Amino acid sequence: MGKLWAWLKIKELRRYPSLAAGVILVFLFVVLSLYAVVSIPYSEAVRLWRGGPGVWDDYPRNAEPVWFDLFTRDQLSRTIVVPFGAGLKTEEPLANGMKRVETLLPFSFEYDTFPVELSMFTLTTEVTNATVSWHTPDGRIITLIEGRRLNRGRTTYYISQDELLKNQLEGMAPHRGLFADPEDRGKPLRGEYQLVVEAELGDADELDAKLVVYGQIHGLGGTDHNKRDLMVALLWGAPVGLMFGILAAIGAQVSTFVLAGVGTWLGGKIDRVFQWVTQVNLILPVLPILIMIGHFYSRSIWTMLGLVIALNVFSAAMLTYRSMFLQLKESAYIEAAQAYGAGDARIIFRYLLPKLAPTLLPQFVLVVPSFVFLEATLSVLGLGDPILPTWGKIINDAYTQGALYKGLYYWIVQPAALLMLMGVGFALIGFSLDRIFNPRLRTV
Amino acid sequence: MGKTFARLGRYALFRAAFLLLAVVVALYLTVIIANMGGEMDRVRKAEIRFAVGQMVYQDPANRGLPASELERQVEELMQFEYRRLGLDKPFFPDRSLRYLWQALSLRFGRAEFMNSDAGSKQVRSILLERLPSTLVLFATAELILFLLALFVALFLSRRYGSVLDRAIVALAPSSAAPGWFYGIFLILIFAAALRVLPWGGMVSLPPPKEPLDYALSLMRHMILPVSAIVIGAIFASIYSWRTFFLIYSSEDYVELAKAKGLSSQAVERRYILRPTLPPIITTFLLTVITMWMGQIVLEYVFKWPGIGQLYFQATSVGDTPVIVGVIVLYGYLLAASVYVLDFVYAIVDPRVRVGVGGR
Repeated sequence: MGKLWAWLKIKELRRYPSLAAGVILVFLFVVLSLYAVVSIPYSEAVRLWRGGPGVWDDYPRNAEPVWFDLFTRDQLSRTIVVPFGAGLKTEEPLANGMKRVETLLPFSFEYDTFPVELSMFTLTTEVTNATVSWHTPDGRIITLIEGRRLNRGRTTYYISQDELLKNQLEGMAPHRGLFADPEDRGKPLRGEYQLVVEAELGDADELDAKLVVYGQIHGLGGTDHNKRDLMVALLWGAPVGLMFGILAAIGAQVSTFVLAGVGTWLGGKIDRVFQWVTQVNLILPVLPILIMIGHFYSRSIWTMLGLVIALNVFSAAMLTYRSMFLQLKESAYIEAAQAYGAGDARIIFRYLLPKLAPTLLPQFVLVVPSFVFLEATLSVLGLGDPILPTWGKIINDAYTQGALYKGLYYWIVQPAALLMLMGVGFALIGFSLDRIFNPRLRTV
Repeated sequence: MGKTFARLGRYALFRAAFLLLAVVVALYLTVIIANMGGEMDRVRKAEIRFAVGQMVYQDPANRGLPASELERQVEELMQFEYRRLGLDKPFFPDRSLRYLWQALSLRFGRAEFMNSDAGSKQVRSILLERLPSTLVLFATAELILFLLALFVALFLSRRYGSVLDRAIVALAPSSAAPGWFYGIFLILIFAAALRVLPWGGMVSLPPPKEPLDYALSLMRHMILPVSAIVIGAIFASIYSWRTFFLIYSSEDYVELAKAKGLSSQAVERRYILRPTLPPIITTFLLTVITMWMGQIVLEYVFKWPGIGQLYFQATSVGDTPVIVGVIVLYGYLLAASVYVLDFVYAIVDPRVRVGVGGR
């Protein structure tokens, strides 16, 4: 262990604050990844991101992150849910063996901006007609619907989209008009609101109601056009990005390094074949091939990872390493090793490779961000993994939905900032290591 | 002298043959992938069967003919069509090799779904229509990037350790992000928030009629993408070149030149820049090469009607001839760049003698 520290020249760390900053950044992302994987297990993340009925119903669409509230004087509206079972129920028997059921959904609204949407959900055991009314804090009562048929089971009433109600509210969208202060229609009225659902039901039947007032801000990351909480993808982007970047870097760089060592040492045919393959590989257009495979075959992250590694094994780095190994091959200690009878494998893995490994290390760290961004690049083109939530996929969604045009900057800026930080973290480490291990850069 | 030329000629031929082989391998791979290893032909066959069936059964002249006769006609026409398109032969090796040969000899044929803005379905016209937009954007960007990085690096290597130097070194990690990434931020700031520059595209709509207006509009649309490319790469290239110049300027012959009392400009030009020319040219050509392929996303983000976006559109609709056409273009350009590189090396660096170390 002590040897390892010495090898890493850990004491010199203090002389490189950028290295420390990089290590801290990468460490933070490792912690974030662990948190993501523990708090939202893989299957759960996939299920959440796929969405579907019932998963994101109570979330607002395109809501900004809650930290927006810190920068505005007004208190921005947040989502209020009055769930099933929370309403106050009163029953009143009627003469004909029926009963009148009244469900009261109270909530207090204490924000300075209007909500963005308003919906009511009902659950009944029998078909019935209902009357819904809206009680404002200043005592006005607005009838939303009168004698509307409710299906057995679940019925959704999209209050915001009720055109009749809109006319009744002087052309104001219901989620604004119902909250507007009668004295200043541009501001919502604070206080206790109530939604009242009245219906006549059979003796044994039940009715329950739920109200969702969708807020302008939601969650630490905001939500997207499918009402999904962006936090899921912002969290999960970290482990996916780290994994892709590091595995690709290990797969591509280390294999290149080892093969270059083997080829150079053994020389002859193997060396020549390696060089040929490298030359051909240099002409292969990597990104176009990845795009093609993504469109025609599979866009699973594992396919992409495998391809990226395969296409990078015989990369231009092979030529660089080869020239280094060629020099090293002639050095005296290798000759000494040969003299005492060391075999090929021993010379390659005990003498050649370890000697140049420090040169590999900065390179290795420096390519990680390029792979992290490669994954993002593929996702931005719509070729991201079909089920995994990643940062690139958020940017792709935002871009195709015109987030910039609509002014929903948070949608793009958050994943982009995280990508940038991860890239910078590795780049800082790489550049510093480069200066530590290649002292020539330091002495000049 | 004659001997040198013979050797040079032999080397040139050998390299050309080798690079051609590389292009062939790359293209064959593309042909196989873009045809899904022959799967695409089943789609084509099904389409032909459908079209021929429609034609025969809906022909009023065929009304009243027995079903068996109609089927015989369909079968016959289908076989004709298969043979005309070469679909009667297996994909491996016959047809894949034929596709490869067509691609290599630049006979791209007709696109399956796409067409050029002028309306042509010839892949060649589609490619030629998009090529100038890509060239004008990336040539400008790469030239600015190259010259700016070179001069700033030279300037910094003279002021090693100054505040500016350290600031640029500290900014080098910013190049971990590709150009399109900065492009999104530039669009956010200058198009979305400030509304001073266009969101994307190449010229304003409708395209200006006057050549001068057209050029001005083009330049206005180029500001953001060019800045994105430059910002994405500038600091890392300044850093690497600065390091490079520093290493070379600590050579003994530079010290000697300084000791002789030569002006710093003369030292720079003759003793630092001259020996570093080959690596500089390599870097430049390599960036040009990566530029050809790497900026698909940048074109996508800026809605730039270039080859990159064409490629992306072609893959998303599965237009195999266009995909193959673009890759052929890439392949030849790459090979040509590498080929030129070999010889440029020999010209600028007298130590490298073509053909001697080349084997």
